[in-house]
Amino acid sequence: MAHEGTNVLSAHNLSAGYGAAQVLHGIDFNVSRGEMLVVIGRNGVGKTTLLETICGLTTLQGGEIKFNGVNIEKLPPYKRNRLGIGWAPQEREVFPSLTVEENLAIVHRGGKWPLEKLYELFPRLKARRTNYARQLSGGEQQMLAIARALASDPALLLLDEPVEGLAPLVVQEMVAAINLMRTESQMTIIMVEQKHEIALAHSDRCIVLDHGAIVHASKSSTLLADHELLDKLIGVAA
Amino acid sequence: MSVMEPAPAAVSQSGHDYFATLARWKIWEILFWAALAGCYFVPEMDRMLMSRVIIWGLFAMSLDILLGYRGIPSLGHAVFFGTGAYVAGFCGKYGWSEPISALFFAMAVAAALGWLTGKLVQRVAGVGLLMVTLGLNLILFDFVLRSTDLTGGDDGLQGIVIAPVLNMFRFDIYGRTAFWYALVVSFILFIATRILVNSPFGLALIGARENPRRMITLGAPVEGDVSRAFMIAAAIAGAAGALLTQTTQTVAPPTLSFQRSADVLVILIIGGAGRLYGGFIGAIVFILLQDYLSSISPVYWYFWIGLLLVVIVSFFRKGLLPSLDALLQRFIKRKPDAPS
Repeated sequence: MAHEGTNVLSAHNLSAGYGAAQVLHGIDFNVSRGEMLVVIGRNGVGKTTLLETICGLTTLQGGEIKFNGVNIEKLPPYKRNRLGIGWAPQEREVFPSLTVEENLAIVHRGGKWPLEKLYELFPRLKARRTNYARQLSGGEQQMLAIARALASDPALLLLDEPVEGLAPLVVQEMVAAINLMRTESQMTIIMVEQKHEIALAHSDRCIVLDHGAIVHASKSSTLLADHELLDKLIGVAA
Repeated sequence: MSVMEPAPAAVSQSGHDYFATLARWKIWEILFWAALAGCYFVPEMDRMLMSRVIIWGLFAMSLDILLGYRGIPSLGHAVFFGTGAYVAGFCGKYGWSEPISALFFAMAVAAALGWLTGKLVQRVAGVGLLMVTLGLNLILFDFVLRSTDLTGGDDGLQGIVIAPVLNMFRFDIYGRTAFWYALVVSFILFIATRILVNSPFGLALIGARENPRRMITLGAPVEGDVSRAFMIAAAIAGAAGALLTQTTQTVAPPTLSFQRSADVLVILIIGGAGRLYGGFIGAIVFILLQDYLSSISPVYWYFWIGLLLVVIVSFFRKGLLPSLDALLQRFIKRKPDAPS
């Protein structure tokens, strides 16, 4: 994937957590335009906290976050979204009593993602657009969560375990959609994923977290090929 | 066609088209308002009673914006109703007898109070919210009751004069002008509210009701929505209060009592929250039953209202309108070849 090299997001010496509890310790990384960065690591190492910190949902204890060159660490979450940070959370958090179309319309800002394009990306949602979100399967809810994040026309998309708990066929669909999203709109993506083999195979770079700190950063293909290192870092041989 | 298959509607091209579809009037809505207007022509119809039903329906609809759409429970909604009622009363008493401009003024004052209340409670939730709204209600009620020189205390405001509507239609004891005035104002405010709840703002209110944290990360400042929702709901409640004062030419402390806040909540629960029409359906049931029951049992009529509430909450948990809607949907789905 070609990148322009401009940093869309950069974090410097980032420390954050929940209240007084510190989860992230001195995190440094950046993501370039059109790049896909995956964050992997064992359970409870701070991967979701990192995404929530970028969104502004945690307590920032130090460091800075720049989005397109602008410091955002003091901005409230809604302003970060308006600047162009979209988030599809792990729990999906679709609005159950709204239909698929209403879930999308609630934040729809047009831009690069008109509803019709979202439906092209996720044809299942088009078929279910008049159904309530609570009637959808887990995979469809995940698609809706991503489509809803895209509806706000983000420049940076944060995906928190998008294929977790999905059937293999749905995982394939989801991966295809993410790849399409990247090729068609040069979307910059930060993805947290437990299924590291899928994450590494479809991303440009990776960082590995342990105890809230980055313990490894490299090209995804490099780590995917180094089974021994992968086993050492996340405890599972690829 | 399976229920899960797509509806045969046109594919939306944008969010704007979606909201345009939502804004289309349904036939039953037109029938509802036509039936309400038709009540005027029913022989022996108590038009004052019907205007009271309409005003209570409008009042309950205003609470629906807070409770049904934004998920904010309030035990003090009569504050705004009473404010509108007293402002309209002061206008009539001190020479501003033209009703429509006084109605707008009452709405503006109630809206300002609603905005302030929203600012006060925007970081409060759950039981705390109930306590704050209840507290505000008790404060204002006590103030009105004790300020005898200003408000007339227990006796209410005396000497309210309301000029004919548009200088043509005088308020009479038969309630002819009162009926049409209440109906037209309520209908206009209903249309405005309907447009509002079918807009991105309305959907954002529902989103914030369901998951405020998620709405924040989708770019919606939900705390600001609270004060806006309170302001709009208060303005409409204030209009309902002003309508009551102008159509009856009286206003007294019960207008903003806690009992009134409780009654409007009961009306909305009976009718069904989050539907706009729930408030009107609840008002029709509540006010007509109240009228009927108080005529046969002047002392114990509230016993029957309480029983009705228990029955409705037990058997129609979401209120009459949503339960009837669910029954209708089930009936439609049972029919072969019915669209999903």
